[in-house]
Amino acid sequence: MAEHRLTTPLTNDDIKNLKIGDSVLLTGTIYMARDAAHKRMVELLEANQPLPVDLRGDIIFYAGPCPPQPGQIIGPVAPTTAYRMDPYAPAMYEYGVKGTIGKGPRRESVKEACQQYKAVSFAAIGGLSTILSRRITAVELVAYEDLGPEAIRRLEVEDFPLLVAYDSYGQDLYEQEIPKYENYHKNSDKGVVL
Amino acid sequence: MRIIQAKEITEAVAKLCWEACYYLPEDVVAGFQRAEKTEASPIGKSILQQLLVNANEAKVNHMPYCHDTGMAVVFMEIGQDVHITGGDFMECVQEGVRTGYRDGFLRKSVVGDPLVRVNTDDNTPAVVHTEIVAGDQIKITVLPKGGGSENMSAMKFLLPGEGAEGVKNFVLQTIKEAGGKACPPVVVGVGIGGSFDKVTSLAKHAVLREIGVHHPEPHIAELENELLEAINNTGIGPQGLGGTSTALWVPIETFACHITALPVAVNIQCHAARKKTIEI
Repeated sequence: MAEHRLTTPLTNDDIKNLKIGDSVLLTGTIYMARDAAHKRMVELLEANQPLPVDLRGDIIFYAGPCPPQPGQIIGPVAPTTAYRMDPYAPAMYEYGVKGTIGKGPRRESVKEACQQYKAVSFAAIGGLSTILSRRITAVELVAYEDLGPEAIRRLEVEDFPLLVAYDSYGQDLYEQEIPKYENYHKNSDKGVVL
Repeated sequence: MRIIQAKEITEAVAKLCWEACYYLPEDVVAGFQRAEKTEASPIGKSILQQLLVNANEAKVNHMPYCHDTGMAVVFMEIGQDVHITGGDFMECVQEGVRTGYRDGFLRKSVVGDPLVRVNTDDNTPAVVHTEIVAGDQIKITVLPKGGGSENMSAMKFLLPGEGAEGVKNFVLQTIKEAGGKACPPVVVGVGIGGSFDKVTSLAKHAVLREIGVHHPEPHIAELENELLEAINNTGIGPQGLGGTSTALWVPIETFACHITALPVAVNIQCHAARKKTIEI
């Protein structure tokens, strides 16, 4: 469970060094896109059309922010549930996206895509919205303005806290951690767990 | 008879919307504190600590605790001796939601037609539950319900003979399928009995109960304890990344039901377990 400080774009070596459970403080450019934007982008990819933003080599943050209050550049924001993007994710990784940021477990096809295309799926803490929004230093709406909170935004982040949930070796942090705590109290009562 | 102006209702609903989103209820914060002390997973413990900081930051800075400020679910208990004047009842509630989400800088997370999916840009319509009760007051509760946990909710008709054991199995199965997708630690609202519509309403109402308060019936309170223990033994933990704090509380509400039926519903509430009530 190493700790990394990384700057975008992530290199192939960066990706190779990331293992599930590692924590990452990420600095640089990431792109915010969620359900509705993914539906449109994957339709474009299927029709061999260019995307409104070139996301090859980039990281997608599955999220939609609150509106900014006066004096803020962005309102509170944290990842949305990643599995809703699972039907689109393999196509996005194949296209060249190197990382995604969401919350919660994902399906096998995403795990396999991370392994096949040498990419990762990060977890950030769902609902940690006031804290995470402070790690964002610049915001620009770059596509699909009509989608409101679901529009694509380019973000500059500084020390954005992430965990590696799925690495490029096909490993799964959720599958690794949950069994350790199954029946934990019952087992610890019996002295099975220390 | 007491006269209440529609405008008063609008103002009350608006304020409840943003207050609910900014200030996480004290029973929920206390639930995080208890969970943080007992959590066995280092990742889980760290998540709970960060959630506590997040709750405080949101409170101090008057900002939403979570960016998913939900679809507003508004519960109106209207005293039978109240007369509402100066506007249409339903519109004054919706106007309250519209104002609250706009002026509170809350996210607009509602699409109009569920298939065409165009954002209504003002977070209306809200889901409004009304009940006529005794008295001359109106009790308003706003529950800004996040989408991630709502998506993981479920209902089923069990066979009557399956009893409490069947209920436990269904609740556990629902929680295991939800895993980290429902943003644990969660509050698990359970409805048992009633009809197809009633049982989901029971589960939703259960979510409003204060954490730590049991159902008055001893056998239901016992089932609440058993379920809480079983859910916290699944290993799912905070954010589904493993641990012993999967649920903060499992409130159950019950209602009579048909001789053929044992309906059960599970409404999952994420850790942003927001709710705010006022009486006017």
